[in-house]
Amino acid sequence: MISGFIAGSLRLATGATAWWRGCGPELRQRIYFANHTSNLDGPLLWASLPPVLREKTRMVAAHDYWSVGRLRPWLAQSVFRAVLIERKKPTAECNPLDVMLQAMGEDHSLIIFPEGGRQTSPDPQPFKAGLYHLARRRPDVELVPVWMENLSRILPKGEFLPAPLLGSLVFGEPIRLEEGETKPAFLDRARESVICLRQSSCA
Amino acid sequence: MNLDRELAWLIVAVVVILVVASLVSRVLRRRAKTEGARATVENVISRTRAWWAMVAIFTFAILIGKTGTVILFGLLSFMALREFLTLTPTRPGDHRTLFWVFFIITPLHYWYLLDGWYGMFSIFIPVYAFLFVPMRSALAGDCERFLERTAKIQWGLLICVYCVSHAPGLLMLDLRDYGGQNAKLLFWFVIIVEISDVLQYVWGKTCGRRKIAPKVSPNKTWEGLVGGGLCTIVLGTSLCWVTPYSPLQAAGMSFIIVLTGFLGGLVMSAIKRDRGVKDWGHAIAGHGGVMDRLDSLCFAAPVVFHLTRYGFDSHALLQAF
Repeated sequence: MISGFIAGSLRLATGATAWWRGCGPELRQRIYFANHTSNLDGPLLWASLPPVLREKTRMVAAHDYWSVGRLRPWLAQSVFRAVLIERKKPTAECNPLDVMLQAMGEDHSLIIFPEGGRQTSPDPQPFKAGLYHLARRRPDVELVPVWMENLSRILPKGEFLPAPLLGSLVFGEPIRLEEGETKPAFLDRARESVICLRQSSCA
Repeated sequence: MNLDRELAWLIVAVVVILVVASLVSRVLRRRAKTEGARATVENVISRTRAWWAMVAIFTFAILIGKTGTVILFGLLSFMALREFLTLTPTRPGDHRTLFWVFFIITPLHYWYLLDGWYGMFSIFIPVYAFLFVPMRSALAGDCERFLERTAKIQWGLLICVYCVSHAPGLLMLDLRDYGGQNAKLLFWFVIIVEISDVLQYVWGKTCGRRKIAPKVSPNKTWEGLVGGGLCTIVLGTSLCWVTPYSPLQAAGMSFIIVLTGFLGGLVMSAIKRDRGVKDWGHAIAGHGGVMDRLDSLCFAAPVVFHLTRYGFDSHALLQAF
């Protein structure tokens, strides 16, 4: 109820349209990975999924950001049911990879931002290795690239007040880790698959 | 409540037009043979369906009264500006300027309108907002394409907020022998603007040949403009009993609405084409964005507002001398 309301408000506030280009909104185990420019990215991607999928999809987010204050932990836990990971100093006890694999379990999907943090450059930064390790450990899961358009203009890094421009999300064709594909090659390909969804490139 | 007998008749007339349009499009759907014709008819059907919703919302706002109508147009301005600035590439340095434009300047402008402060209503955006926008952006310290960015934000404000607000501005005029009936004038104005678009579209689709500006808008033809325009003028004149105009004046106003609306649509098409898009957004099924329906109104509203004010407003006449 509350999460439905918050998802609706997020979609309304960002005017976001979701375009399912390379795949449909199917209920199966997936990892959605996207470019990251705004704090709205994770919540909005989650909000753009149909309710049935939303219930089974958890966004992966930084522990250091979402555990501050009162509102953020409540949103992270009760609404987005975020998977909070330690990105600054991972230890053996809280290895982000284990946390993510555990959160996926048998039937949950994940939302991750493989750049590792919000960027201000026009193109996404090189991807961190987490996506590769997830793909290797769970070869059965579809990896869906997502391009998030204009979110950096709605709520850029370092700003508190939003500008109500219209955002959009493009869901691309799922990729998988190929047999014998190296880590750098796979991460490059994954990044390209996200960039390709931007309107201006790869027409 | 604004409802009087004439307004009731206007509403009935619009509903009749919509019923006819819905029936005709259903018949056309059965007759459409080619792929292209079928796509056009499907589009007409979804457009008509959206028209029902738009007419319902607009009528509801008019019936609530001045405040309801001003709030409705304020929201439309907000949505149009949103579409406009989304297609305009601004830079991070403009972020706070944009916040001001959306959340302070736009509501304030509509507040002046609702307050009936004519002087402030007419200069707030062209003078104060005009000066404020570059000042705020300069403080952010990004020089790249500064003039271009600033000009685009100012243009968006003028078109989407300032120009659009002149339509509800018709409610604030104190017209001779027309006291308390301005809602009908606004209703008439919106009907004529929109029916002019629709009739030009219908005439263009059915017998359009010679294109007026193929590069800007391939759908605009001389046949559409003249045929649709003449029909609109006949309709506008035949409805003159709801306006403060005589039949001849109503015909003249309708002519001006057709012309400014047509050229306004052309201008907004040029901007869309330059940005490489077909529609301003996806807010209204079958139509595109809010701006796709407001483009003609933006250009017609200020002209009709001022002509009416100078010609028929009792205060303006006194001030003129």
